[in-house]
Amino acid sequence: MAQPAKVDPMYQFTIKPFAGTEGWEIAGYNIAFTNSALWMGITFVALLVFVLGGMKRELVPGRWQMAVESFTGFIDDMLEANVGKEGRKYVPYIFSLFMFILFANLLGLLPLGLVGVHPFTFTSHFTVTGVLAIISFAIVLIVGFWKHGFHFFSLFVPQGTPWPMIPIIFPIELVSFLVRPFSLALRLFVAMMAGHVLLEVLSSFVIDGTNAGALWGTVVGLPSFLLMIGICALEILVAGIQAYVFALLSSLYINDAENLH
Amino acid sequence: MPQIAQIADTYSSQIFWLLIFFGLVFFVIGRGMVPKVMATVAQRDSQIASDLAAAQAARDQADVEEEAWRKRENENRAAAQALVGDAKAKANADSEKKLAAAQKRIDKKLDEAETRINASRDEAMGEIQSVAAEAAQDIVQRLAGVKVTAASAKSAVKEAMTNV
Repeated sequence: MAQPAKVDPMYQFTIKPFAGTEGWEIAGYNIAFTNSALWMGITFVALLVFVLGGMKRELVPGRWQMAVESFTGFIDDMLEANVGKEGRKYVPYIFSLFMFILFANLLGLLPLGLVGVHPFTFTSHFTVTGVLAIISFAIVLIVGFWKHGFHFFSLFVPQGTPWPMIPIIFPIELVSFLVRPFSLALRLFVAMMAGHVLLEVLSSFVIDGTNAGALWGTVVGLPSFLLMIGICALEILVAGIQAYVFALLSSLYINDAENLH
Repeated sequence: MPQIAQIADTYSSQIFWLLIFFGLVFFVIGRGMVPKVMATVAQRDSQIASDLAAAQAARDQADVEEEAWRKRENENRAAAQALVGDAKAKANADSEKKLAAAQKRIDKKLDEAETRINASRDEAMGEIQSVAAEAAQDIVQRLAGVKVTAASAKSAVKEAMTNV
C-alpha cells in the first residue's frame, strides 16, 4: 500500500517566527518577526514597486503608468460615486486598503511551492482582517462624530420612520451598525481561508489518488486536478472581489459618516 | 485551525507588524505617491480639455473667417454680375440704337426710291397716255377721217386705260 500523503490543509496557515526573533517584545507583548510579517513586508515592497512604476508622471502614459493610474482612477471613481466630492480625501486610505488586500491575496496564490518557498496569505487570519476592519470602522466613527456630533445617532433612525417605531428601529439599526466591522473582517478572512483550504484538500486528493494506482489516479486524481485548475482561476477572481468588497463597503460606511442619510 | 490555536501567541506580533506595514503602505504609497499619480491624471485631463477648447476656438475662428470670406465672395460675385449685366445692357442699348438708326436710313432710302419709282411711273404713264392719245388721234383720222381733238382723245385714252 502506498503511503498516504501527509497533507494538512490547515498547516499552511501556521505562523512561524523566524529564528532569533521569537523573543522580541515591546512592553511585554511578543512581536516576533513571523512568516506572516514577512509577507506583509513583501506585499508592501511589491506594491511600492508597482506604484513607483506609475510615478514617471508622463503626459502620455506608458503601460505601467496606465495600469497604476487606472487603479487610482478606479478608487477615485468609486469614492466619487459612493460618497461624492468629499470622498476624494479618502482616496489614499481606500487605495492603500484595496491594493494592500489585493496584493496580499494575489501574492498568497503564487505557486511558489514549486520552488520550495511557501507563500503565506496573511489575509486568511482574522487578527489581520480584524485590525483592518477596526481601522475602517474607527474612521467611520471618528468622521461621523467629528462632523455631526451627537446628531450622528440619527443614522440609526432611517428617514420617515414613524415615531412609534423608533424605539424598535433604533436598536436594530444600532446592532446592524455594530456588526459591520465583524462582517467586514470575517468576510475576507473566510473567503481567503476557504479557497486555500479547498485547494489544499483537492491537492491531497490528487496526491493520494495518484499514489493509490492508475485506476484511482484516473477516477479521483485527474478530475480533482482539473477542478483545481478551475478553482485556481476562481481564487484569483475571489482575491480581486474580496479586496473590492472590502474597499467598497468601507467607502459605503464612510459615506454614512460623511452624509448621514 | 492555527488562526485560533495560535492566537494567544501571535496576536500581538500580527497586529504590530500589520500596523507597521499597513502604515508604511498608507503613509508612503497612499499619502505620498497616490496624490502625485492623481495629480498627473488631473494635469493630463486639464491639458486635454484645454487642447480641446483651443481646437474648438480655432475651429470657430475658421468658421467665422470662412463666413466672412463667403460673404465677401458673394458680394464680389454680385458686383461682377452687376458689372456684366450693366455692360450687356449698355451694349444692347447701343446696338439697338445703331439698328434703329440703320433702319431709319434704310426706310428713308426706301421711301425715296419708292417716290422716285412712282414719279417715274407717273411720268411714263403720262408719256404712254400722250403717245396713245396721239396714236388714237392718228388712227381715228386715218380710219374714219374724223378729226378728234387732242383733249377728247386724251380723255378717251384715260378712260380706256383705267378700265384695263
